[in-house]
Amino acid sequence: MNRIAPSADPKDTTVAMRGMVKRFPGIVANDHVDFTLRRGEVHALIGENGAGKTTLMNMLAGVQRPEEGEIFVHDKSVQIRSPRDADQCGIAMVHQELMLAEALTVAENVALGLRNLKWQIHWSSIERSIEEQSRVLGFDIDPRAYVWQLSIGQRQRVELLRALMRGARILLLDEPTAVLSPHEIHQFLASLRRLTAQGMSIALVSHKLEEIVQIADRFTVLRKGRGVVSGVPTASTSQTELASWMVGQKIDKPCHDVRSPASDVEVLDVHDVHACGDKGFEALCHVSFKVFAGEILGVAGVSGNGQRELADVLSGMRPITSGRITLCGNDVTHATPARFLRAGLAYIPENRRTQGAVTSLSLAENLALKTYRQPPIAKRWGLSRKEMRSFARRLVDTFHVQAVSLQQPAGHLSGGNLQRLILARELSRPISLLLAAQPTRGLDIAATRNIHDLFMAQRKAGVATLLISEDLDELSSLCDRLIVLFRGRIVARFDRASFHRDAIGRAMAGIETSA
Amino acid sequence: MTSRLGLDFFINLVAAGLARGTPILFATLGGIITERSGVMNLGIEGMMLVGAMTAFSTARSTNNALLGVCTGMLAGATLALAYAIVVVHLRADQVVSGLALVFFGSGLSSMLGASLVDQKEATARIPSLSLSVLEDLPILGPVLFKQNLMVWLGLALVACGSWILFKTRWGLVLRAVGEHPAQADSLGISVLTVRTVCVMIGGAMAGLAGASLSLAISPGWVDGMTAGQGWVAVGLVIFARWNPGRALIGAWLFGTLRRLPLDLQGVPSLPVFHNPNIGYFLSMLPYLFVIGAMIVGSRQALRRRLGAPASLGLPWFRGDRG
Repeated sequence: MNRIAPSADPKDTTVAMRGMVKRFPGIVANDHVDFTLRRGEVHALIGENGAGKTTLMNMLAGVQRPEEGEIFVHDKSVQIRSPRDADQCGIAMVHQELMLAEALTVAENVALGLRNLKWQIHWSSIERSIEEQSRVLGFDIDPRAYVWQLSIGQRQRVELLRALMRGARILLLDEPTAVLSPHEIHQFLASLRRLTAQGMSIALVSHKLEEIVQIADRFTVLRKGRGVVSGVPTASTSQTELASWMVGQKIDKPCHDVRSPASDVEVLDVHDVHACGDKGFEALCHVSFKVFAGEILGVAGVSGNGQRELADVLSGMRPITSGRITLCGNDVTHATPARFLRAGLAYIPENRRTQGAVTSLSLAENLALKTYRQPPIAKRWGLSRKEMRSFARRLVDTFHVQAVSLQQPAGHLSGGNLQRLILARELSRPISLLLAAQPTRGLDIAATRNIHDLFMAQRKAGVATLLISEDLDELSSLCDRLIVLFRGRIVARFDRASFHRDAIGRAMAGIETSA
Repeated sequence: MTSRLGLDFFINLVAAGLARGTPILFATLGGIITERSGVMNLGIEGMMLVGAMTAFSTARSTNNALLGVCTGMLAGATLALAYAIVVVHLRADQVVSGLALVFFGSGLSSMLGASLVDQKEATARIPSLSLSVLEDLPILGPVLFKQNLMVWLGLALVACGSWILFKTRWGLVLRAVGEHPAQADSLGISVLTVRTVCVMIGGAMAGLAGASLSLAISPGWVDGMTAGQGWVAVGLVIFARWNPGRALIGAWLFGTLRRLPLDLQGVPSLPVFHNPNIGYFLSMLPYLFVIGAMIVGSRQALRRRLGAPASLGLPWFRGDRG
């Protein structure tokens, strides 16, 4: 891609964030993070989910307030308390959900952002200046079109155009390409170059490594709230290096290395499965693997490469377009979620608050969600509250869920306790397959270890486990085997003996295919 | 009074229909402004009643119709402010709060207006427009130029409302707040203020509707005199697809439908003339039309297609995102 060299002079710094700290209950989202942005550059902010990238950007955009740290814009120390303050500093953030009114036209949406808008609006002159500006940027946008008529990519360009015409000089983009098709991504990256050529500074949050190598001038890597590297020029880095920065350099001591060999009882057989994502693009392609009783199979990959769709498919929540799925000898290819459960599936979904539990129901009710149809809780046509309570009491004690009472709403639990509650419910009945998606995301170290121990106990009891995770430490310490997903395909398979961080990192970046 | 189904019959019908439709037109325009900003107000009926009562009471004691109109609007706006505090700032449920507002308004007007019932003489009224030359025009004369001032005000407000909504910055801001409040907020617009002001304008318009009823269209105060016209306005907002121009058509159509049974009863050649029971059924017609509009409007998918503001009825607050 044709690059106009950004200012290499550190004096041209437009934004400097120093020692930013932000805590959320249970975790430190940003732990003394530094970040600088120069005039005319694209600065990529990289990290796994939950690494604190979005938090850092939110502090700059005034959506969240830092607890410590200083922000300088054009060498002046500023306090950014609200989106309005950020706006005053010329900072505009483009969120994943776009801030456009669909029922209004492009011109109306852009006009709303103009600072010098007159009391009576002259639409024709506004439309003319939009056309002009969009020609300069190569955007091809009809100002009279309604936003609902536009593709997602065009809508994003409208939002960029509005930010520019509003006078913003610092753009924060939060995973802008996650919702785009491959063709749109290409156009989008090209338009970023034209924006920087006009003097814009762009901070780009992403975890698509090839994009970063292609477009970014410098990058900063966050890992678990800490800045791993800050402001390194992309020119001196390769995609492989980026991948290893992102997943972490140091290999934690494997904690579960004494293991019994897996049995050869086949529990789950996934054969040549294809499925589409939410946008209708193919999200899983030729996916085949088996999971045996008493083993943990890990699914690694950078977020958005088909992991969520795989979890949906294996819990019966997403139809597959072709292929075959067999669970404990039952053909469950087009089965409903209920049939998956009857066949012996336990499922820990990615989002524990919206998918994993009904947050407004009590702990006891949540715990009974998968067993209420059978006695003793089911009593003819009714439910036995007494049985439900004693059942819940037993589970809460066994799994150490810290709760004030069994009647409190599940939503009041902290992340770790809620996850233990979900696990307690899933393991409260006989199962043969445990499917867990990002089970320890956002949890503190103690809660994480606790959940890992539960997984190992299940493994010992002969349960087959499929663990989808982005945390390579977690995968390498727990799994017997590992598959790597890249763009919906399995690009590499590893046995425990052959776990090698660089090789896995390369596979995650889509560089090497050994499958 | 007897008449024939001739040209005069229709001229009279349309002329009376325009007059009858005018209060509903005011209330509908107010409803459009309110809903365009993203707030649903089912309480129009209550605000109309209080507006009608206040306007009549003021006009009677001061003998000044204009003052009556002003206090009527003020009363409507005050009730609307209370409603806005409850639903915009405290984020209460808009359907329940709107129903409460209806009950509150009808109870309040009934109580405070008890001494005003049947005292229609000697009260200042809003005059009719009289343009001696134009009045004698065939057809147009009686339909347009013998009308009450309020009918003309209604026309003016339709034009004014369209212009504000679609040609001014204020209208753009108003629509943006109703469509995508988070966007408006990110661009430095105070969503809560805009919504509060719009709800109050809607209240003032409902008050104006009430005042035009008690001071011009059917002068006097009778308990519950709006007879469901506030509800009709709620339905007409949907029928009008949140557009002032279409509100004019809807309100006048409705006014004419309401007038129709009355006029038909004066025609000896029709069965209604001899059997007044049929008249009661005819009187139900306009409400059937509103029920239809409400059914259409209550279907989410259809509502989106008709162009309902995207965040209509949804309270807004700036959450800590991410």
